Amino acid sequence: MDRFSVFSSRLVDKSENFTSGHRACQGCAEALAVRHVMKALGRDTIVAMSTGCMEIISSPLPLTAWKVPWIHNAFENSAAVISGCEAGMKAMMRKGIIPQKKINFVAMGGDGATADIGMGPLSGALERGHDMVYICYDNEAYMNTGIQRSSSTPFGASTTTSPAGKDSMGQHTQKKNMPQIAVAHDIPYVATACPSFPFDLIEKVKKAAEMPGAAYVHILSVCPTGWRIQPQDAIKYGRLAIDSCVFPLYEVVNGEYRLTYTPYRKLPVTEYLKGQGRFRHLTDKEIQLIQDKVDRDYQKILKRCEEGR
Amino acid sequence: MAKPMEQIKWQELEVGSVVVEVGNALEYETGTWRSEKPVVNKTQCIKCGVCWLFCPDACIVKAPEGHFEANLTYCKGCGICAKECPVGCITMTGEEE
Repeated sequence: MDRFSVFSSRLVDKSENFTSGHRACQGCAEALAVRHVMKALGRDTIVAMSTGCMEIISSPLPLTAWKVPWIHNAFENSAAVISGCEAGMKAMMRKGIIPQKKINFVAMGGDGATADIGMGPLSGALERGHDMVYICYDNEAYMNTGIQRSSSTPFGASTTTSPAGKDSMGQHTQKKNMPQIAVAHDIPYVATACPSFPFDLIEKVKKAAEMPGAAYVHILSVCPTGWRIQPQDAIKYGRLAIDSCVFPLYEVVNGEYRLTYTPYRKLPVTEYLKGQGRFRHLTDKEIQLIQDKVDRDYQKILKRCEEGR
Repeated sequence: MAKPMEQIKWQELEVGSVVVEVGNALEYETGTWRSEKPVVNKTQCIKCGVCWLFCPDACIVKAPEGHFEANLTYCKGCGICAKECPVGCITMTGEEE
């Protein structure tokens, strides 16, 4: 596989398979993540997409921002649909109806479609071991319908269905650790990525597509609207999430963990939380709880990386 | 130009509402959303392409002279390019009537 040995924007594919003219909010890092993913995958790709932000902004009926075959799905069944596509195309190749070719089968969904509603079909598709990639764009709530909490919403975040106020401190449950659930399926490749680190993201998606068998990539995509930040800070907050170890970047190849990015200096979580409107109400006690949880989780990941060596 | 949805009759739709034209979202000009536009200082630009890599709308194009410029037909004016530029050669200036 061609790996980026030099990080230069000139080495990135120039073609745009996810065109301009899509209707994402200003500074949408999710649209940026899709753009990077499509640069990594290229033209020979079939995409099945669950309902969510990315689905409604890229394909309002007479228009489409995609230059690849793309199928609209309900919230729950993108993994099931892409399984069928993969099985069907494989059968047609075997019978000689279409020429033999490497095609990337990609299912995409938001965090609601992945961690809440589409969890069963996704688990089934991973278990059956189809040659597919599942990509989850995690913006940590149902942003499309108006910022309702999902099981991927982090502890303490204020959303419209977990509002902060006198008697409530926002979301009171912990974020569901979706990459670990994917690892538990014993699939060949699981990775976490963020569009603030584009070379890392492109490399991981390429690797996921080249691995035979099912692969899962979890992408943290900052949502300026739902996180209550300025649009121009979208990239900055992605970087802060990784530097404060709230969202560590790692990959799991055949069960072996590898940390792909180690922060130069581990920042306290306050750096990441402050400035975000959804965490504005947190007191020092709650921030300490978040810091403890982040440290514990990061130590767990580090320990697993050590064991893999 | 694809017609807006309310002007399309049901007879004109493909079976299953399939869109047969690829990438025709280019016909929708998101530049009208903008209140600020990025202006590049050409002499300061080091042509690194970071703005091109981080633009969520894929609207930054390479000019013939080598520096990068926003295509104002699609630029939504989010300001990510100005924020991420390593030499700070992009400034956001207000749109005028």
